[in-house]
Amino acid sequence: MREITYRDALNEAIAEEMTRDPNVFLMGEEVGYYQGAYKVTRGLLEKFGAERVIDTPIAESGFAGVGVGAAMTGLRPIIEFMTWNFSFVAIDQIVNSAAKMLQMSAGQFKIPIVFRGPNASARQVGSQHSHSVDAIYTNFPGLYVVYPSTARDAKGLLKMAIRDDNPVVFLEGETLYSQKGEVPDASEDELIEFGKARIAREGKDVTVVTWGRPYATVLEVAKELEAEGISCEVIDPRTLRPLDHGTILESVKKTNRCVVVHEHWPYGGPGAEIVDRVQREAFDHLDSPVLRATNLDVPMPYAAGLENDVIVGKDRIKQTILKSLYR
Amino acid sequence: MSEELLAHYRQMQRIRRVEEEAARAYLAGKIGGFLHLYIGQEAIAVGAEGAIRDTDYVITTYRDHGHALARGTSARAIMAELFGRDTGISRGLGGSMHMFDAEHRFLGGHGIVGGHIALGAGAAFRCKYLKTEDVVLCFFGDGATPIGGFHEGLTLAAIWKLPIVFVCENNQYSMGTPLARTNPVDVAAKSVGYGMPTDRFEGHDVEVVMERLKTAVARARRGEGPSLVEILTYRFRGHSMSDPGKYRTNEEVEEMKRTRDPVRIARDRLAARGVSEESLAKLDAEIEAEVADAVAFADASPHATHTVMNATVLAPSLAYPQRFDGAYAPFTVDAASPSEGGR
Repeated sequence: MREITYRDALNEAIAEEMTRDPNVFLMGEEVGYYQGAYKVTRGLLEKFGAERVIDTPIAESGFAGVGVGAAMTGLRPIIEFMTWNFSFVAIDQIVNSAAKMLQMSAGQFKIPIVFRGPNASARQVGSQHSHSVDAIYTNFPGLYVVYPSTARDAKGLLKMAIRDDNPVVFLEGETLYSQKGEVPDASEDELIEFGKARIAREGKDVTVVTWGRPYATVLEVAKELEAEGISCEVIDPRTLRPLDHGTILESVKKTNRCVVVHEHWPYGGPGAEIVDRVQREAFDHLDSPVLRATNLDVPMPYAAGLENDVIVGKDRIKQTILKSLYR
Repeated sequence: MSEELLAHYRQMQRIRRVEEEAARAYLAGKIGGFLHLYIGQEAIAVGAEGAIRDTDYVITTYRDHGHALARGTSARAIMAELFGRDTGISRGLGGSMHMFDAEHRFLGGHGIVGGHIALGAGAAFRCKYLKTEDVVLCFFGDGATPIGGFHEGLTLAAIWKLPIVFVCENNQYSMGTPLARTNPVDVAAKSVGYGMPTDRFEGHDVEVVMERLKTAVARARRGEGPSLVEILTYRFRGHSMSDPGKYRTNEEVEEMKRTRDPVRIARDRLAARGVSEESLAKLDAEIEAEVADAVAFADASPHATHTVMNATVLAPSLAYPQRFDGAYAPFTVDAASPSEGGR
């Protein structure tokens, strides 16, 4: 298998699906002539033309709504938010229009749409550009929420999201774009199903569930702990709604301990959801309370030192895992 | 042109009578939630329908019964929806504000003011993308014109020259607040900001509505882009059933009913054009029978079901097929969640 970046994996997924289906189009700010604010859409304008790669003005609510209206009437839009932070001015279209339309219409109007863009913290971009929105969008029935942590998952999940007939919130880690990983050749046309977690590392002492930016950090910590004689099983859910509880529970029943590591704030969200599932369905298997390592519960500060303290990092992850082992 | 006017009168009278009976059923406790009546504005939905083709799209707000009826949805399906029944046009899942009819290209009744304007632009985007001749009529009230959704929807439609006509049904009140306190200029004047042609006229004469809208529809169909049309109208009932109407006087309402009732104006004109009272009375009687049948049908229909509710949260899914092994399994937090037959 070849190695490509997470960014190029996404680019390939979009290009392959637009080639396959003429009803797929891409719309967003700077996706065309500018080549994408984060270069995910590089070269697509040249390949598919301005009728299918559509630059918009800064009007998230407007173009998200145009996407939903186009999806209602048979097209398959990919709507890019320059970052998910900006989706807050379009949340009415994602929630009230996309997520509810099928049921409000008793199944008459499907909404095959993908909303995608970079999510969560980057580097010193301040409070309004550092949200991890997974806790918000996972709350709504009618949406799928996908959050790939590797290049391979990014491609296979995005291709699947584009082909599915339901609205998908597709969260891309802003700090993951340049990370490289093995990705199958285009000819393999790999599609990854939703609701299937991936065991990133097998282990026997503690289950660590993680996704997004901290994913790579958790793997580093797991490696270090191995040297100390602690074996971590690392699970990446890949999709947060649906959530593959089965794989997590199976692992916890083996390790008897569980730690959840994520970027979204500690209050509620898929992190707390996993804790709830584990305590309810594996209570008798637990040797210690289920713990979480998360970002600190404050809006993101600018100063590098403070930002570094707020984002869930190596030390907090390691301490939390050790605590679950009473060490 | 008595034939066409007769057909329009028939549609307006159907809307009027369906809604009057809906109001009665609401007071009898058979309809819940919000019920926003269109009474007084019927000439707009019906005249607009006369200006477009069956293959065109219509989208509107929560005041949607009249538009659905004008598009072709049956009185039975509308009444059953209001009653929360499985035979309703949205199978009891949408209710008064969310009528949808894919077969008649009716893209719904939407409950968030301004939210559906970009959806209409999206349907128009589809018409252009697929190089069809279809156009979209997007209706909203004067109360929708200050919100951002209006501005963004019109901006995008204008820069992309989308085949859509934005029709503002200006009934003078944004719920209970008069236009003078919600908008700095007339709605039509806003067209300048989007480089759109505009038109502004009174909407109690169905023939005028149809003829004036034809211009904007033809322009959209020729690929020359959107228009913003402001139609002055008046709702004879409250904003919804719970509106005490303190913001306007009875004299004002009575004066509008006396001078601007679109149904009576059409009926009087038909008589003046030589249509006999006998044949009009016969038509009215047919409508009475249809409405009575719709109410009886709704009352006798089965209630909305968990089965349909669960099956329409997500469409059959390539990405997550196991969820549809039998039926959609809603996310539950305990084993005691209600299902069919038990709450």
